[in-house]
Amino acid sequence: MGQVENERLLEQTGAVKEMIQTCIQCGTCTASCPNNEFMDITPRRMWRLLLTDHVEALFSSKSFIMCSSCYYCTLRCPRGLELTQAMSLLKQAASRLKLKQFKRSSLFYDAFLDSVQKHGRVKEMEFMTHYFISLKNPVIPFGYASLGLKLLAKGKIRPEFGSGAKGKLAGLFKKVAELEA
Amino acid sequence: MKYLYYPGCSLEGTSLEYNISTSVLMDAMDVQLEEIEDWNCCGATAAESNSHLLSYVLPARNLALAEKMKDSNQILVPCSACYLNLKKVEVAIKKDKDLLKKINKVLAEEDLVLKGDVTVRHLLDVLSNDIDIETIKEVSQNKLSGLTIAPYYGCQCLRPFVVFDDPEDPHSMDKLIQATGAQLFEWDMGGQCCGASNTSTKPEAGMALVGRILKSAKGADAILTVCPMCQMNLESSQKKISHKEGMDLDIPVLFLPQFLGLAMGKTKEEVRLDLNLSNTERLIKARA
Repeated sequence: MGQVENERLLEQTGAVKEMIQTCIQCGTCTASCPNNEFMDITPRRMWRLLLTDHVEALFSSKSFIMCSSCYYCTLRCPRGLELTQAMSLLKQAASRLKLKQFKRSSLFYDAFLDSVQKHGRVKEMEFMTHYFISLKNPVIPFGYASLGLKLLAKGKIRPEFGSGAKGKLAGLFKKVAELEA
Repeated sequence: MKYLYYPGCSLEGTSLEYNISTSVLMDAMDVQLEEIEDWNCCGATAAESNSHLLSYVLPARNLALAEKMKDSNQILVPCSACYLNLKKVEVAIKKDKDLLKKINKVLAEEDLVLKGDVTVRHLLDVLSNDIDIETIKEVSQNKLSGLTIAPYYGCQCLRPFVVFDDPEDPHSMDKLIQATGAQLFEWDMGGQCCGASNTSTKPEAGMALVGRILKSAKGADAILTVCPMCQMNLESSQKKISHKEGMDLDIPVLFLPQFLGLAMGKTKEEVRLDLNLSNTERLIKARA
């Protein structure tokens, strides 16, 4: 990762660093995390890397996207830090920087929010179809096929392609983008 | 009793049976639900991973719509993820007036105003605190006394907002299960994580968590859930996980109101057991 990229990462993660400033490295978060065995960098170490500005190491690992938002770390942190929120902010930064290794989850969230913007609610079938198209990978959808067929058979998802909605919540999305610019 | 009702997207699709059984149960309890008109998606985890402000604005629009309705100032939410997102706004705007101003700047686009005078309640909170448990006892008359039931809470109705139960050792479902005459399955997995969306995006990790829960539930006749994500995770891959773990982990998984509905004499058609992905026949046979 180059110098420029590193600076962009530091800029994007400044707010998270601020949030976890009082971390005492006790490791309660790591011990409480149900996904810790699937992370190559544990939560405690993530905070350490952030505090010491080693963000490139943090973002070269996908550990923080393993967070499943169970909120055990937030509940138990002796410093009262909102660590689940910190994980989300890291996910946001990865998505905003359009880092290659996080592309799949960024595309997933984009397809989801696109559906929300258009209809106000999530149309599961439409959003998954858009997601699969945006992946430009013909193999990935097969992993979802068996569950998808079960849900179709039960009438729990319905094929809705290009339902023609123009953007029910477009005004809100636009205003949010304006205020966050 | 009357509540405003926020079903959320999953209850219109993959968890239709949660929606229907909630309404059947509430009707049987003489509780009225008034759906929030024109409600929108709470943003799930997608909004938060994308934009901080959007993750507040999407739930806030629903609270603002609810405030316009006069019949109640309590919003009942069955989905734990929606509950958390709506609750997040209710709690945050009490402390952060700047955030409230910012939210209102966005909501002005739709001529909506958020004041902050509605309370967000999880379905389990309402069932375990507002409802007269004697009603369940009287109507159900121990019809399910032969069953042993494992209550599963998942995460987001318990944490991070500690509102109606112990976030480490939840028990709010106990008395509801016992009121039906069924036995309580003792386990310590009730508040453990089901893996959430990791089951589809990072299956290795997600399935490991589901496997742990299913293995611990061995000996129970059914697992009860109060969240569409938990329900989907616990029942959709039982075959795959049984194969991987080399043991039969097949178990009926029901939404809490489906189970309470059955106990109170509703038919399996009324609580839509046909929509569950797990095999619920075992449960029906045990009841008969």
